[in-house]
Amino acid sequence: MKNLIKALAFGLATIVSMSALASSGGANLDHANNDLTDKESLKNGFKTYINYCLGCHQLQYQRYNRTFKDLGIEDADGVENYMFTGEKPGDHITNTMPTKEAAKWFGTAPPDLTLEARLRSPDWIYTYLRSFYMDSERPFGVNNKVFKDVGMPHVLQDLQGVSSIDEHGTVSPAMGGSLTTEEYDVVVRDLTNFLEYVGEPSKLERKSMGVNVLIFLFIFFIVAYFLKKEYWKDIH
Amino acid sequence: MLANFMAWMDKRLPLTDAWNKHLAQYPAPKNFNFWYFFGSLAMLVLVNQILTGVWLTMSYEPSGDGAFASVEYIMRDVDYGWLLRYMHSTGASAFFVVVYLHMMRGLMYGSYQKPRELLWIFGMLIFLVLMAEAFMGYLLPWGNMSYWGAQVIISLFGAIPVIGDDLTLWIRGDYVISGATLNRFFALHVIAMPLVLVILVFLHILALHEVGSNNPEGIEVKKKKGSIPVEEQSKFTFHKQYTDKYDIVDAIPFHPYYSVKDIMGVAGFLILFCWVMFFAPEGGGYFMEAPNFEPANGLKTPEHIAPVWYFGPFYTILRVIPDKLLGAIGMFSAIIVLFLVPWFDRGVVKSVKYRSKLHLFNLIQFSICFVVLGALGTLPATPVYNMMGTIASFGYFGFFVALWFYSKNEKCKPVPERVSH
Repeated sequence: MKNLIKALAFGLATIVSMSALASSGGANLDHANNDLTDKESLKNGFKTYINYCLGCHQLQYQRYNRTFKDLGIEDADGVENYMFTGEKPGDHITNTMPTKEAAKWFGTAPPDLTLEARLRSPDWIYTYLRSFYMDSERPFGVNNKVFKDVGMPHVLQDLQGVSSIDEHGTVSPAMGGSLTTEEYDVVVRDLTNFLEYVGEPSKLERKSMGVNVLIFLFIFFIVAYFLKKEYWKDIH
Repeated sequence: MLANFMAWMDKRLPLTDAWNKHLAQYPAPKNFNFWYFFGSLAMLVLVNQILTGVWLTMSYEPSGDGAFASVEYIMRDVDYGWLLRYMHSTGASAFFVVVYLHMMRGLMYGSYQKPRELLWIFGMLIFLVLMAEAFMGYLLPWGNMSYWGAQVIISLFGAIPVIGDDLTLWIRGDYVISGATLNRFFALHVIAMPLVLVILVFLHILALHEVGSNNPEGIEVKKKKGSIPVEEQSKFTFHKQYTDKYDIVDAIPFHPYYSVKDIMGVAGFLILFCWVMFFAPEGGGYFMEAPNFEPANGLKTPEHIAPVWYFGPFYTILRVIPDKLLGAIGMFSAIIVLFLVPWFDRGVVKSVKYRSKLHLFNLIQFSICFVVLGALGTLPATPVYNMMGTIASFGYFGFFVALWFYSKNEKCKPVPERVSH
C-alpha cells in the first residue's frame, strides 16, 4: 500500500519533470512583469493599441464599453478619447480592413489579437515588439528575432527607432526613435498589459472570487470533518 | 402533513423503500479508506458537467462560423459565463482524474473479481463513453487544437482496411472536418452521450448494490445466511433485501455514515478543484491548450499536435507502433484488456494486501507505465521518448499477461474471515 503511494508519487514526479523539459523552449523571452491591477498602464496600453495596432488588428470579441468599464473610463470620455470611427460604445473593437486585400499587402491577413496573450503569452508579446531589426531583404525593411520573417512592419518604429544586427547576430541599440529604450519598454509593457487584459477581461474577478471561495471551502471542510467525526464516534 | 404525503407517494411509488434500500439501509463495509471517495466524486463531477453544460448550451452557437466567437461571447458578455466555462473545462479534466483513481482502486482491491465482473464492465463502458464525450466536447470550442486533434483521431478510422475511407467520411459528414462535423459532435455531446452516460451510471450503481461493495480488505461483509450468531452481526437495521439472504457483519448504513464522510471528501476535492479552476484554469496548458485560443484553421497546423492529457496513455501506444492500422489496434486493445481484467485475473484473493509481492510489483509497474505513457502523449515524438513509450507500452500490456500467468497458482497470505480482526 505504502509502496503503491510511493510509486504514484514517483510517477507524478516524472510527469512534472518531463513537462518542464517540454516547456523549456520559450526560455529566451524577456519578462514583461506587467500588472493587471495598474489601470493607468492599461489605459496607456489601450491608447497605444487604438493609435498603432487597431488599423490592422481587430479585437473583434471585445466591446468598447466593457473595456471602458473595466479600465475605469466614463463612457462619454471613452467615446471622446478612444473611439474615432463613429462606432457605438456597445460595439466590438473592429476595423474596416478588407481581409482579402490585407492578405495581398502583407502576405497574410493581420490576425485578430483579442486572444493573442493567451495564444502566445504576455512575455512573447513584450519580447516580440522589442525585437525588430533592420533587414533589407524583407519587404518592409525589418525582420524580427522572435518571429522570423514576420509579415508585419515595425509599426512602432517612430517610437523605438530601429536596431541593426551584425553578421555575428549582435543587436545594436535602436536609433532614431523619439523615445529612450526605457521609455519604449514602458510603452510596450503597457500595451502587453492591455493585451493580457483583453485576452481574459474577467481574470482579476476570477482570482478575487477564487480567494473567497477557497476561504469558504476551508471552513466548510473543517465543519464537514467534525461532522463526520461526530457521526463516526461509535463506529470501531 | 409530510407523513401523509409520503404515505400517499409510497402507495404509488416505492420511494421510501428505494431510499432505504440504496441509502439509509444499504450495508456498506465500515472500513472504506481514502480510495473510496472517488466514486461519489465522479458523480459530483458528472452533475457539475451536466448543469454547467446546460447553461453553456444556452449561449453556445454550434456552427463553424459562430462557435469560436460564441465561446468568447460566453467568456465576456454572459454573466458569470467565464465561471460556467471554466467549471465545465476544469470539470472535464477532473472527471478523468477521479475516474482514473476510481479504476486504480478497483485494480488494487480486486473489485472486478467475481461476483463484480458486470459491475466492472458497466464501469468500463462508462469510461469508454466518457472518452467519446470528452473527445467530442473538445471539438466544440472550435479552436485550432480542437480541429487538428479531431483530425488526427478521426483519421485513425481511415486505417481500417476496405471501409476506412467511407467510415471517416461518414463520421465527419464532410470530406474534411467542417461545420457539419461540429454540428453532429454537438448533438452527440449534449444529448446522446450524456443520456447513455446517465443510464450507465444508474446501472453501475444498481449492479453495485446487487452484489454489494467490496472494501480494502477484499473480504465480503455479506455472509451466508445462518452462519453468523446474532450477537456478532452488525447492530444496524438493513433493508430486508439484504438481510433475507445474508447475515451482515462489519457493515454500517451508507446514510448517514458515508454520506457525511463523502461530504468531507467533496469539501477536500472542491478545494483542489477550485484552486485549479480559479487560479490556473488552463492547467498549465494541459487542460486548455494554447493553440485553442485561435480559431480552427484547416490550412494552419499547430506546431505540435498533442491530445488533451487524459488521452495521453492511449495516444502514446498508438504513436509508438509505426504502422497506422496496428497502432490503432494497439490503442483500442489497451482499452479492451481493461474490460477483460476480471478474466485475466484467475486468483480468488481480492485485495493487494493479501496477495503476493509479485502482484504488488505488477500493480506498481503498471501504474508507473500508465503515468509515463500519459506524460509522453503530450510530448513531441523524439527517438528517446519513443523508446520510453515502447518500454512503457510493454509494461502496460505486460501487466495483464503476467496477471493471467501468476494468478492461477499465486502464493497469497491467509485472508481473515472478518474485516475487523
